[in-house]
Amino acid sequence: MDSREVVIEARDMVKRFGSFTANDRLNFHVYRGEIFGLLGANGAGKTTALKILCGLSKPTSGEIRVAGYSVRHNPNQIKRNIGYMSQKFSLYEDLTILENIRFFAGIYGMRRREIRKRSATMLKKLGLEHAAGRLIADLPTGWRQKLAFSIAIFHDPQIVFLDEPTGGVDPITRRQFWEMIYEAASRGITVFVTTHYMDEAEYCDRVTIMTDGQIMAIGSPAELKSAYKAESIDEVFRMLARNIE
Amino acid sequence: MNRFFGFVGKESLHIIRDLRTMMILFGIPVVQILLFGYVLTNEIKDADIAILDHSRDVVTSEITAKLLSSGYFRLAADISSTDEVEPLLRSGRVRQVIIFEPMFAARMVREGSAAVQIVADGSDANAANMVVSYATAVIGDYVSGMQEMRPGVAPVRAETRMLFNEELKSAFTFVPGTMALILMILSAMMTSVSIAREKEKGTMEVLLVSPLRPVQIVLGKVLPYVVLAFLNAVIIIVLGVLVFDMPVMGSTALLMGVTLLYISLSLSMGIMISTMARTQQTAIFISMFMLLLPVMLLSGFIFPISSMPLILQWMSKLIPATYFIVIIQNLMLKGAGIGFVWVEMVVLAGMMLLFIVVSVLKFKPRLE
Repeated sequence: MDSREVVIEARDMVKRFGSFTANDRLNFHVYRGEIFGLLGANGAGKTTALKILCGLSKPTSGEIRVAGYSVRHNPNQIKRNIGYMSQKFSLYEDLTILENIRFFAGIYGMRRREIRKRSATMLKKLGLEHAAGRLIADLPTGWRQKLAFSIAIFHDPQIVFLDEPTGGVDPITRRQFWEMIYEAASRGITVFVTTHYMDEAEYCDRVTIMTDGQIMAIGSPAELKSAYKAESIDEVFRMLARNIE
Repeated sequence: MNRFFGFVGKESLHIIRDLRTMMILFGIPVVQILLFGYVLTNEIKDADIAILDHSRDVVTSEITAKLLSSGYFRLAADISSTDEVEPLLRSGRVRQVIIFEPMFAARMVREGSAAVQIVADGSDANAANMVVSYATAVIGDYVSGMQEMRPGVAPVRAETRMLFNEELKSAFTFVPGTMALILMILSAMMTSVSIAREKEKGTMEVLLVSPLRPVQIVLGKVLPYVVLAFLNAVIIIVLGVLVFDMPVMGSTALLMGVTLLYISLSLSMGIMISTMARTQQTAIFISMFMLLLPVMLLSGFIFPISSMPLILQWMSKLIPATYFIVIIQNLMLKGAGIGFVWVEMVVLAGMMLLFIVVSVLKFKPRLE
């Protein structure tokens, strides 16, 4: 439909846990440089889908390609090209900021000199240049979240996967965090984000709404609002959820 | 490879930051060995006894003198009537009473033998056994000395002698036991807890999404603990040798090899535990029940296996520490070569293989 490059493609993606179907024939694709939101209530299957895309979980069936590689056949190639941030902003609390940066950059095979150069720029941008030697345990949640995101994209991945990245964070910090996401996207990094905050959907280029393991709607926030004649994505979501019942 | 060393470096940082845990893990064995060696000893020292000598001749006074000068016994009461024996034991003032029959020396010369009766306070069965065997040994010693001097006299006496640990130093059994215990805890508990911590904090996900391979993650976790555990083993052995004069009769290289084998086994156990535990607490809990108690109670560390009920004897065969303690005792005290301990080593290697296979089988679904 347009000439942009597809970096994530899911065709008939299914994930079953025993008799429970967490993902029921999902079909979607994500373009390069796009901010793609996966919306849904808790338990709708968002995290499951995201885990399949970053290779943490194997799909039951379906054809899935990420960064040009098949999830089934080349998971290791995919790993080199993606970044990941979990809902816990997982950093090592007993290590300092700089040690965390060095470690994560190191496991992505970055060279020492480059790590040094980039970490200086990054810390400056975050306003943490004097805190490089502080333990993560001493940082407030908002800073941890920003740092976790900066580390997730430190090695310049093609795609970064964010699993509910704004859980438990105050609205101002959330706003700041989205600015960081925009900046990453402007650098050409594709952002794949799951959230259950409907207002955040407005910030995405395109969103997918999931309920009970199925995709109910997909499109840009404006498209969805006009298609459902709704004021907000939240309203769209509530209409879709009501239809299910 | 750089990735792997980066990972090992990070693991080492975790350990360095958690200095308190390390101090405990290195402090416990030292304290434990000194404590077991000096205080909680199974040895008899200055046990209170009473002597009832109906004979009061040269031989009985010589035997009495020998008993009292052995350092094991102290004379708490010198009694003259059989009626006093039971009340004395009941009061707890003495652990045993040694009774010489009348005309002891005369009988010995005439009939070739004389009887000593040893009555001990059996309420503490272990202690009773011990004092009786010590007293028997001292008397036996006297008699055999007498035989040498006066060859004509030959009272029949069972000679008791403790082989390999003639002075029955309890440190000799505690040192291998402590090694078995501490190495198991340090290796298995620490690795399982540190893997569980990654799961609990969500960092394991981040690691699994990264280009690091699961094998690298597991090996990277394990390697620093191999070094620490080995260091700990060396400290324990050196302590045993320096403080308790424990001999190292066998080959040091073999001793180190066996120690490494046991450490690897413990680590594989830790990995297996971590595949079952999602949180650090569960990991600690499983470690305690799977490792600590069995090693303490069933490995022969504290209670001799041969005196256990049959079922527990079988169970002790399932515990790696049992084999490790046997090997270490053979190597250090008896100077046995590999020919004597290879069976135990094969058993340990087999157990390790089993744990690894189970871990691999259980680790796979976790990644699904």
